[in-house]
Amino acid sequence: MVSYVAKRLFYSIFVLIGLSILIFTLTRIIPGDPARLALGPLAPEWAVERLREKLHLNDPLPVQYIIWLKNAIQGDLGESLVSKRPVVKDFLTYFPATLELVIFSTIIATILAILIGAVAGRYANSWFDNLARIFTYIGISVPGFVWAILLLFLFGYIWKVLPTMGQLSPGLPRPPVRTGMMSIDALLVGRWDVFIDHLKHMILPALCLSIGRIAQESRILRAGIIENLKKDYIAAAISYGIPERRIMLSYLLKPSMIPMVAVMGMDIAGSMGGSYIIETIFNWPGFGRYSLWAMLNKDLNATIASVMLMGMFFAIFNIIVDVIVAYLDPRIRVMERAT
Amino acid sequence: MRIPIEKFITPDRKDSIKRTWYKFSSNPLSIIGLISVLIVTLSAIFAPVLAPYPESWGRWVDFSQACQPPSWKHPFGTDIYGRDILSRIMFGFRYDLLMAICILAMVVPTGTFLGLIAGYYRGTWIDTVIMRITDIFLAIPSIVLALAICALLKPSLFNSMMAVSLLWWPWYSRLAYSIASSLRNEYFVLAAELIGAHPLYIIFSEILPNCLAPIFTKMTLDVGWVILIGATLSFVGLGAQEPTPALGTMVSVGAKYMPDYWWMTIFPALAIAFTILGFNLLGDGIRDALAIEEI
Repeated sequence: MVSYVAKRLFYSIFVLIGLSILIFTLTRIIPGDPARLALGPLAPEWAVERLREKLHLNDPLPVQYIIWLKNAIQGDLGESLVSKRPVVKDFLTYFPATLELVIFSTIIATILAILIGAVAGRYANSWFDNLARIFTYIGISVPGFVWAILLLFLFGYIWKVLPTMGQLSPGLPRPPVRTGMMSIDALLVGRWDVFIDHLKHMILPALCLSIGRIAQESRILRAGIIENLKKDYIAAAISYGIPERRIMLSYLLKPSMIPMVAVMGMDIAGSMGGSYIIETIFNWPGFGRYSLWAMLNKDLNATIASVMLMGMFFAIFNIIVDVIVAYLDPRIRVMERAT
Repeated sequence: MRIPIEKFITPDRKDSIKRTWYKFSSNPLSIIGLISVLIVTLSAIFAPVLAPYPESWGRWVDFSQACQPPSWKHPFGTDIYGRDILSRIMFGFRYDLLMAICILAMVVPTGTFLGLIAGYYRGTWIDTVIMRITDIFLAIPSIVLALAICALLKPSLFNSMMAVSLLWWPWYSRLAYSIASSLRNEYFVLAAELIGAHPLYIIFSEILPNCLAPIFTKMTLDVGWVILIGATLSFVGLGAQEPTPALGTMVSVGAKYMPDYWWMTIFPALAIAFTILGFNLLGDGIRDALAIEEI
């Protein structure tokens, strides 16, 4: 397993370097002068020239890339051309909020996907299964921003039961920043009211990020359960007289969850990608909103850094998921040991 | 004696089409998908004739009709310039479908060709180069790369199409690659090689026909995804610009007037959902009817 993970990590680094070359080249070959874009049309020529010098824009492209890579490895992703702060610092400020949102939506998505998928698979072709099927199609097809608009409309304006904007209701004090994840920060200072209020703010954006995942993952789990129900070991378990609940929970669910877990890495990274739009709509001060704002303002350093960070998370999540799948599937573990 | 080969092929093929159609039509969801796709396509094609207020598609101002809620006269209401939302949605289907068709027309041949080449030369440096490049494009959620590229360019429908095309071909390469590399050592390919057929001939005449059904099915499914990503881009303001009635643009422009004039954004949003849902149902129906498992 260790050698497998090492191999995967090595390959991911290769892919990430490729990705960085791609996005770096794209930011440099766009029409227009990046330095001029960053400073605006009114900036004097000498200021533009100084920024050009600072960004090494006068050097040939490969040299520029090597300089960028050297700095990036040392943890310096340049200065954001818009916020005038180091990009890494900006990311550290904004990232915890996104992580919190993605974790929350992953919890919602996983619980609901397992519930819906397991029941729909166990009672295949029942009314519940049909209902779940319709939900699945709608959940997969409707884009996140459409969910956001619909939920905003329903909850924000018709049933005013959930807050729709930001992280906290006005009037509540922001807990001191320790982890950056406000729910944990609130618990650390023992403010339950802040914690609950914050969770309420998280429900709608997290729901927008998770509906598509619930639909897809529950579908995969359902297929797995139907597949495994036909297997001999389930028939054997039934004929032993093992209670159905125990068969479901101990024998059926675990192997059926493997294909579902296998797509979860992609899905978590997909949620982070979705957060670009969803955070902007719900005014959630996270990494996604920051990145989209940076991109729309042609902040080249932040754009490159944001793409690279997404690539890194994508790779890491996929490796973690592979390890979990190997844990769930003894056949893979045995094969790994054999090789 | 030479038996005309058509005698064997024709009835069989007709039969298989009939069987596929039977399988397709026995699933009510596929039929719903087909009908929604037909509704979307027909209203896109005949928008100038069918739309109740065809002048609403572009720059048109009629303040006496501005901000009307849904009524019999304007089923989906009107926007702040007095343009009929229903008519704009019908024209909006045009832009979204056009975008999907253009993107797929660029992406499918390119991606398929590269995938076939890589699959045919499996294990050589050609395979390595092409497939490693696809890996790079697939190493990140496509929406993020699309946003980044579009934001670098000047926002327009054309540029957003270019951006999506740039990152969509790897999916087809992957699909074509998986089929081509599995067929690489089949006897009919080896036989063609043995009699000295040109690699391009083998790729196009021997391997490609085996990929057509999965690729066609993936295309149907992808119309929905491309519309989704295009709508997301134009929602952020990176696609078609106002007054072009692209659906995503309409949602984002209308969202400024929520909640008082909710119809300006809710109906275009529902139209997007309807379109993507239709193509997904249709694609799934075709996939099940053809019993394709690769996708």
